[in-house]
Parts: sequence; structure tokens; C-alpha cells
Amino acid sequence: MADHKPGFFTRWFMSTNHKDIGTLYIIFSIVAALFGGWFSMMMRHELADPGLQLAADGQEWNVWITAHGLIMVFFVVMPGLIGGFGNWFVPLMIGAPDMAFPRLNNISFWLIIPAFLLLVASAFIGSGAGTGWTVYPPLSAKLGHPGMSVDLAIFSLHLAGASSILGAANFITTIFNMRAPGMTLHKMPLFVWAMLITSFLLVLSLPVLGGAITMLLTDRNFGTSFFDPAGGGDPILYQHLFWFFGHPEVYIMILPAFGIVSHIIATFSKKPVFGYLGMAYAMVAIGFVGFVVWAHHMYTSGISVNTQAYFTAATLIIAVPTGIKIFSWIATMWGGSLSFPTPMLWALGFIFLFTVGGVTGVVLANAGMDTSLHDTYYVVAHFHYVLSLGAVFALFAGFYYWIGKMSGRQYPEFMGKLHFFITFIGVNLVFFPQHFLGLAGMPRHYVDYPAPIPPEHLQGMLVNPIEKIQWIAAQDYGYHLWNYVSTLGAYMSGFSVLVFLGIVFYTLFFGRKVGDNYWNATPETMTFEWTISSPPPFHQFEIQPTVK
Amino acid sequence: MKKTHFWITNLFMSLLVLVSSLSSALADISNAPKPTQLGLQDAASPQMERISWFHDTLLMWIIILIVIFVTVLLIYVCIRFRKKRNPEPSKTTHNVTLEILWTAIPVVILLIIAIPSFKMLYYLDRVEEPEMTIKVTGYQWYWGYEYQDHEGVEFLSYMIPEEEVDESKGQIRLLSTDNPVVLPIDTNIQILITSADVIHAFTIPAFGFKKDAVPGRMNETWVRIDKPGVYYGQCSQICGIKHAYMPIEVHAVTKPEFEQWLVEAKAKFALNNQQRPYETAFNSIGAQ
Repeated sequence: MADHKPGFFTRWFMSTNHKDIGTLYIIFSIVAALFGGWFSMMMRHELADPGLQLAADGQEWNVWITAHGLIMVFFVVMPGLIGGFGNWFVPLMIGAPDMAFPRLNNISFWLIIPAFLLLVASAFIGSGAGTGWTVYPPLSAKLGHPGMSVDLAIFSLHLAGASSILGAANFITTIFNMRAPGMTLHKMPLFVWAMLITSFLLVLSLPVLGGAITMLLTDRNFGTSFFDPAGGGDPILYQHLFWFFGHPEVYIMILPAFGIVSHIIATFSKKPVFGYLGMAYAMVAIGFVGFVVWAHHMYTSGISVNTQAYFTAATLIIAVPTGIKIFSWIATMWGGSLSFPTPMLWALGFIFLFTVGGVTGVVLANAGMDTSLHDTYYVVAHFHYVLSLGAVFALFAGFYYWIGKMSGRQYPEFMGKLHFFITFIGVNLVFFPQHFLGLAGMPRHYVDYPAPIPPEHLQGMLVNPIEKIQWIAAQDYGYHLWNYVSTLGAYMSGFSVLVFLGIVFYTLFFGRKVGDNYWNATPETMTFEWTISSPPPFHQFEIQPTVK
Repeated sequence: MKKTHFWITNLFMSLLVLVSSLSSALADISNAPKPTQLGLQDAASPQMERISWFHDTLLMWIIILIVIFVTVLLIYVCIRFRKKRNPEPSKTTHNVTLEILWTAIPVVILLIIAIPSFKMLYYLDRVEEPEMTIKVTGYQWYWGYEYQDHEGVEFLSYMIPEEEVDESKGQIRLLSTDNPVVLPIDTNIQILITSADVIHAFTIPAFGFKKDAVPGRMNETWVRIDKPGVYYGQCSQICGIKHAYMPIEVHAVTKPEFEQWLVEAKAKFALNNQQRPYETAFNSIGAQ
């Protein structure tokens, strides 16, 4: 097959090819993850001991958490799952030659680079944007952040939002119009379903965020007072607008993960997904209900008790479609013929960790219970279990599952498994103890916590952990112990990142070459990407495939 | 005459000493969070008792059982249906009974959770007939307290800076304040919460309340404290550079001790003619 690949600059900087753009997104996501991960490592190192270790003051800390949150959400998970795997595999899975709007696809990607630069700039210019990723006024208004950092962060979100909206419009059009003949909606692969629903969530929720942060921008710079009580505005209005976007956003991050995991479980069980229609419509239900639960992020803000009751009920309902998905994955494996290469391990890890994060979500859904847990480390543990351990595990699962298809070379199996186990133990060590901290009452966003300062010889990371833990446990008060354990886990997770980078390097240069269908997908679990070469030709499906 | 004056002064001084020794005797840290703590703080109010019951007796068991159930299923499936043991995959992709069951059973579990949850929510909301009211104002980065039933008792409360913490007085890093809030036990206390600048959140974990302090709004919650003692809380909504340094320290005392403290407090806080540094238009906007 004759490929007509353009030259280097034209190919990578002016690309209209969905696979190349997908590759750019994945590279971008990994680079951004190193930034976001670096912030997490600094944060965990800071909290290893009471007192200030790295941060000069609380503002610097607030800038870290803000940058960490925004980077991970907008520049790691979304570009990785949606821009990366979505771009690569939606056209392949529906038998399309490319996305519906290839040039739009290109600008979607190139908008996210300046967005990222603006965000990084916001952290380093002046005293930085230390507002948390939610950017609540009045802290984010001129009152709390007089410099230009927050304005830069707002522009960053504008660009990232525009990028995502354009991308979502592209996916919706592609999926509705370019499916292979015979592929009805009810025969579409689940990853494509997930991307379709995600795209709708993006198109419906991001404009609301855009509106909210634009109002914030004019409050800051042009004398309006949408959120300023001194001018008749209301800070709570911002919270409603933000979370009307923010809650669908968490499903935007997790739905593509659901799709990837479904394919992996099916492939390595040698069985089609159990209850396909239930799985697809469970995602539709999650997406739909995801729009009517936003105020469960605001239980303590002073919304009325009846409002809290409604949002409690609506939030609890989400557990039902989520449960359907978990049980359907298990039922898919039931009776299957299971093998356990690296992507399957990540998918199984995903199911377990998502279950843990899901049940703590049920705890937090109760407005009364949230009285105790709101804004504590319990919440931090909960959303990292579903996102950092859920969405990110799916990112890794997808990477190991498809890297052979994308690069034509296979990762080293032993190292992949090693990477999985180090990460699995590491992240659980980071986040499980945070449940204890939250139950005991430790608030989020704290640069320092109550606890006695340890003696000189027990400070820092180069000490005997057993001796240190014994000393901490003997103290009268404080949140030191679980913070220290959590930080030990963070060092381990940080190491796993290095292992991953090594694997990427090895795979791309020395990986074993693979054929079309290197996972031996059976006809029951077959999707179109396994019918073409690895890597696929520059333009695929010169003869249009069909579905019976 | 001179003698009488001396005598009165003496009495007043010894009273002050008594009161201050009383509050220093109270300064124990037994209610502060412990390093090995795994669960919620011990309840010191009927509010927190309900939350603790709801969490420890109901939710914890449900979520632990669900996680164990899913984990056991996963492990069983992985062993029983591994390729070696089960080379031929089945073709089953539907089982209506099963699908109805795993939809219906979670619904039942959620109902079991929801009913006590709603009861608790409405109980925690507000008290119909408060016996006293305290107004709390969040500032960057300290708290202001007004005892609205006792004119003149209002003060600001700052964290004791780390280098001034005196452990012999029972003070602890990041939790002790210069002016602890003193509240009577066995009293329905209405708490009004607002802010003068950015959003803060007022909470004492052992009491089972938490409400955001929002500028331009007056939020309400309540508590009835069971046991005398010293209780700690911390600002729970990110509020800027010193978010971690605006703790809340409550001394819960008996009613007679509280009356005594009020006398002392009126004397003490009348003198320091307080200026609130960041008093702004926010405050005068008033309640929602």
C-alpha cells in the first residue's frame, strides 16, 4: 500500500490525519503528566512532615494544588483519553478513513498548547493562582488575587474549553455520519459509545464554564459584580455555574475509561461484553444524571435543606448504572477464557479501584454525612480513587492495549507487569490512608497540619521509616502518621513513572514488531482496528469495510 | 475605706485567677485528632452521634461488604475462568434475571441508606428554639465571634504562632488560639456564619457541623454540646495564604462556668475596643 506521508514539518505541525493528531495528543498528555506529577511529588514531599519543607508559604502551596488539579484534568486525562485514544480509535473502530473535520481536529490540538503555556505561566507569574481548580470567587476575584495570574488561568481554561468543544463537535459528527455501512448505533463498539456520550457532555457543559469564568474575568477587570456581594452579586452563583460544568466533567474523564476497559475485558476473556445494550445505556444514564447532581459539591455552602435532600437522592441514583457496569464486566469474564497480559491487569485494577472510589462516593453523596467529610482528605481520597486510580489506570490500560497497534511495536511484557504492580501498590499507599485522615477531620488544601515537629534525626525522607513511624505513633495528637505513609507511597508511584518512561523508550526503539491482530481478538470481540496493519497505513480503509 | 477597696480588688483578682486557672485546667488535648486514628472523631454532640452512627454502623458495613463482594467475585472469576482451566469461552451475553437483580438490589441498598440519611439531614439543619446564638465571622485569616445574647462579648481569635506555643499550658501547634470560644454544654446553640472577605468554612469535627462562611450571606447551623472539654476545628474552605493557620478552639464548659466566663469576658473584651481590620461593605449587605 502506497502511503503518501508529507514531510516532517507538514506532517506533525500541519496535520490533518487523525492518527498523527492522536499521537500528538498522547505525547502532549504524557509531557503534561510529568508536570502535574512533579507538582504532586512536591506536595507529598511537603506533607511528609509537619512544618514547611519545600513551600515558602501557603500561597505557593495553593499554586501547586491549583496547577496540579487543572493540569491533570484539562491537560492529562482529557487529552489522553479523548484527544489521544479518541482520535486514534474512533475512526478506526467505526471504519472511517478519518475524522469528519480534519482541519478542525488540528486546531483542537494546537489550541491546547497555548492553553497549557498560559496555565504554567499563571503559576509562575506574580504570586501565582492559588485558588484551587474550582477558582471560587471572592478568593479568585481581585480581592483575593489582585495580580494577573488568575486572568491567565481563565484564558487558559477558555482555550482548553474551546479546544474540547471543537473536538467534541468533531466526534459527534464523525460518529453520526461516518460509520461503516451496517454499523447501527446498537452495533457500535462501546468505546465509540463512550466517546459519543462524552462529546455530548462536553458540548453541553463547557459553555457554562466558559460563561462562568468570563463573568469572573469581567468582575476582575471591568467592574461588573456578578459574584461580588458588595455589588449585589453572589459567590454561590459561581459555584452553581462551575459545578454545572464540573460534575459532568468528572464523567467526561471516566466514560472513555469505561469504554476502554470494556474492550480490554472482552478481548482477554474471549467473550463479547455481557449485556452490551445495558452497558451502552448505563453510560447514557450516567451522562444524563451527571447533569442533575452538581450541587452535591456544595452541601455546606448554605443551600437549603430541601435542595440538599434532592441532590442526595439524585446522587445516590448514579450508583445504580455504575453498579450495572461493574457487574457486567465481571459477568463478561464469567465463563470466559481469561489471559492476563498487562492491559488486562490494568483493567482489573481499574474495576477494583473504581469500586473503592465508587462506594466512598455513596458515603459522600449523603448531605448529612458530608457535613463531616466535606473538604476533608476523605474527599481527596475519593476522587483520586476514581480519577487518579480510575481514569489513569484506564489510560495505562489503553496504552498497553493499543501501543502495538499505534507504533507497530510491542511493549516488554515483564516490565509492563512490573510497572502495574509498583503503581498499584504505590497509589493505594498514597490514597488509602487519606480516608483515615479525612475521617479524623484533616481539611484539604493544607500546606501544614497539626502535629508535633519530629526531632532533627527523624526529619526528611532519608530516615529509617520504621523508627519514624514508631515515633509518630507515640505522639499525643496530629495527622502526621498517615501523611507520612501517603508520602512513602508517592515516592513509590514516582518511581513507577520512571519505569513507564523506560518502557515507552524501549518499546518505540527496540519493541518486538507485531501483526494486525496481535491480541488474537476473536470474531465475537473483533473491532475494525484489528483488521488493519500495525501501525495502520497513513490512510486506512481504502476499501470501505461493512458490518453484517 | 482603703482596706475595703483592697479587699474588693483582692477578691476580684482571686476570682480572675480562679477563672483563668479554670480555663487552663480545661486546656487538655484529649479531643485533638490522634496520629493512629482511623475513624471519625469521638462525638461530643447529638449531631455527631447521629453522624457517627450513620457512618460506623450503617455505611461502613455496607461499603465494606460491597468491596469484599466485588473483590471476591473478581478473584474467583480470575482463578476459575483462567485460560488453562477454561479453554473454551462460553457464548453467554445475556441473563435477564441477573440484570434485573443487579439493578434492583442496589436500589434496595440505596433506600436503606437514604431513609436514615434524610432523617439525619433534616435534624442537622437547624434548631427551632435556640437558647443562645453565636455569630461567627470568617476573616483572612482569623475568626470573629459575637455572643449576640450578651452585649459586649465579641472578640477575634487568632492562631497562636508556632514559636509562641506553650505546651505546658496544653497548647498545640496549629490548633490552639489566643481567644478560644467558650460555649455552654447542654444548650441549644444557634450558630450564624458569615464572612467579611473570601469564603471560609466553620467546623468542629467532634460537634458534627460544617458550614461555609460566605460574604453577603448568613448561614445557619446549630449544636448542642454533650461533654465539657476542649475541641478543635480548622478552616475548611481554601481561603488564601494562611488557610492552614486559622483554627477554631472551643472550650465547652458547664452553664455556671459559662456565666462566670461571661463576666470575665465582658471585662476583658470591653477594654480592647476592637477594630476589625477588614470590615467591609460585605458585612452590611446582611443575610441572604
